[in-house]
Amino acid sequence: MIEQIPQILVLLGLIVSAVLTFHFKDLLAATLAAGLFSFLISLEFYILQAPDVAISQAAIGAGLTTAIFIIAIRATKRFEGEGS
Amino acid sequence: MRMSKIVRTAADILYPAILIFGLYIVAHGHLTPGGGFQGGAVIATGGALVIVAYNYKEVTGWLKKNVLTGQEVSGLVGFIGVGLLALAFGQVFFFNYLVGSGSIFGMPVPYGINPGELNTAGIVPLMNFAVGIEVWGGLTVVILYMLSGLEKEGC
Repeated sequence: MIEQIPQILVLLGLIVSAVLTFHFKDLLAATLAAGLFSFLISLEFYILQAPDVAISQAAIGAGLTTAIFIIAIRATKRFEGEGS
Repeated sequence: MRMSKIVRTAADILYPAILIFGLYIVAHGHLTPGGGFQGGAVIATGGALVIVAYNYKEVTGWLKKNVLTGQEVSGLVGFIGVGLLALAFGQVFFFNYLVGSGSIFGMPVPYGINPGELNTAGIVPLMNFAVGIEVWGGLTVVILYMLSGLEKEGC
């Protein structure tokens, strides 16, 4: 039971970051929450002894996808429901 | 649009470290977790850091689209070429002709508990290098084309 505590904490953090991604109207904050979700799921992959998948998830999910979203937000509006 | 001096200095300091770490993951792909794709994705993350921190004109002075596309093409051609070279030795496609030959990456694997001999595994590290170069170019040029569309909008 004691060795499952970090796993439970990571899963709770996953749920919280997913709800925050849905909840934020500031799209930059929502992108950072999605990046936190990717980082936590890579930590979960590492706990489940798949370090190969964890490296891919940390590089692509937390790094490249967040960068692409930030560039897209720079080109459009920052807040949801703004304009048009 | 450039970011602040703090972000730019941090990107300058972190970029060589990320580059070396990604090349380490590529080079040790046959011993430790990771490999060509993971190492190339880590290097592309460093490129994305520099691209987000600086503006488009400065970045295209360092990371050229032609060089990155050429990396992608040469990585794919190298991967297939390493596989096709086995036909020249009279073997089947992707036959591991370097293992146990005593040349580069051709040492026999030591027995017992050891920290891992880098100079083993035959053509597997060569294919890891090819995939690493290809993913490096491909994933960086995706971010670069996103930013070029941004510059056309003028914001």
